[in-house]
Amino acid sequence: MNHLSDTAADTLRFATAGSVDDGKSTLVGRLLHDSKSVLADQLEAVAHASASRGQATPDLALLTDGLRAEREQGITIDVAYRYFATPRRRFILADTPGHVQYTRNMVTGASTAELTIILVDARHGVVEQTRRHTAIAALLRVPQIVLAVNKMDLVGYEESVFAKIAEEYTAYVKELGGPEVTVIPISALAGDNVVDTSAHMDWYGGPTVLEHLESVPVSHHLAPCAARLPVQYVIRPQSPEHPDYRGYAGRIAEGTFRTGQQVRVLPSGRTTTITAIERLGTTVESAGALQSVTVLLSDDLDVARGDLIVPAGDAPPTTREVTATVCHVADQPLTTGQRVLLKHGTRTVKALVTDIASRLTLEDLSPYPHPGRLAANDIGQVHLRTAEPLPLDTYAHSRRTGSFILIDPADGTTLTAGMAGESFARPDPATDPAKDEEWDF
Amino acid sequence: MTADAGESPYALSHPDALESEAVHILREVAGEFDNPVILFSGGKDSIVMLHLALKAFTPAPVPFALLHVDTGHNFPEVLAFRDRVVAEHGLRLHIASVQDYIDRGELKERPDGTRNPLQTRPLTDTIQQQRFDAVFGGGRRDEEKARAKERVFSLRDEFSQWDPRRQRPELWNLYNGRHLPREHVRVFPLSNWTELDVWQYIAREHIELPAIYFAHDREVFQRHHMWLTAGSWGGPRAGERTEKRRVRYRTVGDMSCTGAVDSDADTIDKVITEIAASRLTERGATRADDKLSEAAMEDRKREGYF
Repeated sequence: MNHLSDTAADTLRFATAGSVDDGKSTLVGRLLHDSKSVLADQLEAVAHASASRGQATPDLALLTDGLRAEREQGITIDVAYRYFATPRRRFILADTPGHVQYTRNMVTGASTAELTIILVDARHGVVEQTRRHTAIAALLRVPQIVLAVNKMDLVGYEESVFAKIAEEYTAYVKELGGPEVTVIPISALAGDNVVDTSAHMDWYGGPTVLEHLESVPVSHHLAPCAARLPVQYVIRPQSPEHPDYRGYAGRIAEGTFRTGQQVRVLPSGRTTTITAIERLGTTVESAGALQSVTVLLSDDLDVARGDLIVPAGDAPPTTREVTATVCHVADQPLTTGQRVLLKHGTRTVKALVTDIASRLTLEDLSPYPHPGRLAANDIGQVHLRTAEPLPLDTYAHSRRTGSFILIDPADGTTLTAGMAGESFARPDPATDPAKDEEWDF
Repeated sequence: MTADAGESPYALSHPDALESEAVHILREVAGEFDNPVILFSGGKDSIVMLHLALKAFTPAPVPFALLHVDTGHNFPEVLAFRDRVVAEHGLRLHIASVQDYIDRGELKERPDGTRNPLQTRPLTDTIQQQRFDAVFGGGRRDEEKARAKERVFSLRDEFSQWDPRRQRPELWNLYNGRHLPREHVRVFPLSNWTELDVWQYIAREHIELPAIYFAHDREVFQRHHMWLTAGSWGGPRAGERTEKRRVRYRTVGDMSCTGAVDSDADTIDKVITEIAASRLTERGATRADDKLSEAAMEDRKREGYF
């Protein structure tokens, strides 16, 4: 593990998804077990728990189903995060539930993932949950999807079964204008093509799941986006050594900033110059995306938490009218006319749901117009008016500055995951076939 | 180096990425909450968390107080370390004392002698009394299977309870800290760190730790397959025999349930080599309380333990 190279680019964040009972926990258990990422005491605990349930062999799903209710029901309820490494790469795995009731947790896992593994049961093929999870992954712009066709052992390792599912699925993803897809036939239970190449499927010439995870390019950036620094906190020591120090602390969301650069502070729109950038106590000439920094500005502007610092010449549009594609994640519905809070970056503003323009029908990806409300797990397009102007990039340009959440002001519930800009959930779907190859949402 | 090069000059190293993420979380809490507190045990995770907080707000002081739950069976070296750190950085320290509750008759000593489960009540009482609205813990998701389910921001009700079925979705890095009066949020800045990450960061940043993390000779005795430190807290009992062994600790907790491991690792580098080669998790190797049942950690978390 300590022979690994030391850059974050060698870390892959991925999530698993799929319908109930299609073997996600077993796949994850198999992946951890066969890549020798499970330590002796964990394995011993699983063997002991399996034996006490009367199972003849250790149930690898018990490695990940950590909650009492999960073990009792044999289902995964909530996201579990796993950390493992091979000599080639580090992995952060969000193991997410398949049950439709817990789809919000799949959204949680996918929002930070660079790859999603979606499982299907080879006997059942593509089902509604497969479509839902695939639509969510596409919507959240997870760049890579692996469709793992599981339980191949139960269909006699038949190539024709696999080929039919692969074809249907690839066609569905194409309609979503979506991510890159790799389809792999596996048996998580028997260990075929998870870490080790299957001896039962000579007809398959592609990588195993782990080989693919180790070699797939990690893409952190969707498209070039200008520099963005959401101000998190104003550092003012007011001490004898630092009587006039005012630093604007935050984590750079996109792009790079350098000392001497002219910047604009949004939403006020005032311009000033960066006089210094500090990286946790060390002064640096410049800093880039995902670094937590403190910047000092030449003018004594009124800058507060929630403001966004951007290059003077490359600011996002500032608007009070937001169009977004959303995934509704709360039990209570989202309705037209509802008053909510909208958190974007470090800024939380009041907002009004002015219209729910459409709800996506997963089966054929057709939009159902003006449904009036979105229920749990619905995907749709909404219009919002905010109490204050928001500097909003489109999600197509940035997963970090184009995303927001809606919050119930009464009890703080996270209601909805929002992605600024239009998508495949728009009421009048584009008919231009030339756009099929693009991420035009 | 040109500023428009985009990706490679700014690609963060693995420890830098973890550090930056943790600082982001610490600053979010400072920006959104009125009265946060850092749970500080004197263990390596809380020491790293404090180190990150010192960096996150420099050159200003850490805007959080510390809270230590003192079981009454703490290692004296760890308590001395705690007091030194507090004095050095001019921090405020709250202490919730299990012994006080036992002395007042509000908590009873358990037959097995472990005081770890007894920490929950003093902890949750102090959170309510002091009106803490955000409580930082050094918990990591790689520690234990119930912890693997934990969000970075974890809402607790007015009884400090964790309900894993009702956790908020945590989308992108948009942490939702909204809560009602008397509810609070547990916050875990080290969620994505592993034990090895913590040690490599300690080495890189030259962070000082209590001496018990490094190999030393100690009077220990065996109980439930663990080497426990002999002492007035309740060991050894009749039939248990002490011996002097060369050991170190992988975790710091209550003396009654934190086991030592045989080790010659007396420097940080040797500790890192030892952990990388270990076939046991740190909790599996050294924590008796997690072995009480298959869901021991989950059950304690539900009641308000961190």
